Amino acid sequence: MKISREDVLRVAQLAHLDLAPEEVETYRGQLDEILSYVGKLQGLDVSNVEPMALMRPLADGPHQAPRTGAGSDGASAAPGAEPELRDDVVAPCNVADAVLAQAPDAATPFFRVPKVIER
Amino acid sequence: MSTASTWTITSVREALLAKKTSARELAKDFYTRIEGRNPELNAFLALCPERAYAQADLVDAKIAKGQPLGPLAGVPVAIKDVISTEGVKTTCGSKILENYTPPYDATAVERLEKAGAVILGKTNCDEFAMGSSNENSAYGPVRNPVALDRVAGGSSGGSAAAVAAALSVVALGTDTGGSIRQPGAYCGLPAMMPTYGRVSRYGLIAFASSLDRIGPFATNIADATTVMSVIAGHDSNDSTSAAVAVPDYLAEIEKSVAGLRIGVPEDYFGAGLDPEVKAKVQAGIALLEKLGCKRVPLKMPHTDYAIATYYIVATAEASSNLARYDGVRYGLRVQGNTLMEMYRKTRERGFGPEVKRRIMLGTYALSSGYYDAYYLRAQKVRALIARDFADAFEKVDAIITPTAPTPAFKLGEKTADPLEMYLADIYTVTGSLAGVPGISVPCGKTAAGLPIGMQIFGSHFDEGRILQLSHAFERAGGFSI
Repeated sequence: MKISREDVLRVAQLAHLDLAPEEVETYRGQLDEILSYVGKLQGLDVSNVEPMALMRPLADGPHQAPRTGAGSDGASAAPGAEPELRDDVVAPCNVADAVLAQAPDAATPFFRVPKVIER
Repeated sequence: MSTASTWTITSVREALLAKKTSARELAKDFYTRIEGRNPELNAFLALCPERAYAQADLVDAKIAKGQPLGPLAGVPVAIKDVISTEGVKTTCGSKILENYTPPYDATAVERLEKAGAVILGKTNCDEFAMGSSNENSAYGPVRNPVALDRVAGGSSGGSAAAVAAALSVVALGTDTGGSIRQPGAYCGLPAMMPTYGRVSRYGLIAFASSLDRIGPFATNIADATTVMSVIAGHDSNDSTSAAVAVPDYLAEIEKSVAGLRIGVPEDYFGAGLDPEVKAKVQAGIALLEKLGCKRVPLKMPHTDYAIATYYIVATAEASSNLARYDGVRYGLRVQGNTLMEMYRKTRERGFGPEVKRRIMLGTYALSSGYYDAYYLRAQKVRALIARDFADAFEKVDAIITPTAPTPAFKLGEKTADPLEMYLADIYTVTGSLAGVPGISVPCGKTAAGLPIGMQIFGSHFDEGRILQLSHAFERAGGFSI
């Protein structure tokens, strides 16, 4: 067994999920089955492999997947791999009203939530 | 009004220019079809006739004045409900966004409309695109128009069903682990996942940011190609969008495929592959050989690790992306006495079981003490899978595999066992992890009449090549092989 009832409750708490009592056992069994399957990854030797952290596109040409021991920038290690940056100029972004219109409880210009600071 | 049941982008254009119909009349015709067929299929979650007719009238005015038309002028399209549409409800198939109306359009949507497309509405999908059957939608499953007791595939099941049932000419879906290609295969349509970075993700509501891609469903390769040529290209609103020039895809697909090297990885033809699917895909490969392609046997040794890798990487990203649904800024709020209680109650009520399962799996994989064993290891295996592709593309121009191990399964058949459902993605997740483009093209049917899909992977930004192969395959009769 990879995952216990306590693990499920701990993870639910980290993820801000309230689980009904009957959900806890269901998820425990399902997560256990999935994690057991995922356990097949433990059988591979990855000691000399850099993790693929970014899906960074290249400016030209087909991009090379990382080789063993390649740089840590993941999806590409070839020159010209830097993402294109836009000019650093101010652009209008006057969307506050449209955004607040979607809020469950807005008090313009704020989102209202239950009190978080006790006096 | 035309009664042609299957319109294409080309036939719409010809009919409009010949004044055999108007864009408004065409839109009206499609809404009539949707009204008739959607109660059964559940392909659309929302319709936007006001927006559609306004756009159709603009196209009709241009035609009346003899002004130049965009490549999609008057073409009815459907948009998966994880893609933002200004003023049109976008739920992601979730109760947590039941009443959410985006204040802006996704770049892909904006580009379609600029090209003249008429957006009919939003299509059903698995909640937050998490699923392989569309049965995880909070608004009920989609039925496969080819066989109503079967799934349309997922997560973009609504987009696939809408096009397959001729309720839309083309549609946009999204693909994270196979969510365009697999429903395309199940519904008998060409369906394409472009290279990561090729189509802007701006306005695509995130599931797994390093995997999510937007792409088209169509009934033929020329239409899929036209949509690709409209939506592809750099967008400064998406920092992962690639500044790579977009070739003239419509010219590319006319080129001869003779001499192209097609790789056939034995790892995709082993245990678990349905014998009818295997036979048809092998016949498909033989047809490409007849067209002059050179078959190259391949080994892609890390294929077997792809599902395990994918379900760690994707759920880890999802657990982070879905943290934003907390009842504060948009969507559902369930009141609580404290802020934390409000978060927890909102998320408990708003998310369905598969989304909760993935959030928990991803949270677990990222949590202290487990990060190295799960997430970090998965990112390393991901690099090995990407290397399999890079090595293969040194020897071949494209890779051919089945799209899915079986044809469309029955509704309810796999809902009890999440892991069994995940395995439906076994041939598609590899390309998702590697970032390469892939397309599923129809490749005959089973004896029972269920569509089969053949998948073609290309190297990064080589969409033109796989569309070219698909087009040659289509013209040689491969779709009904």
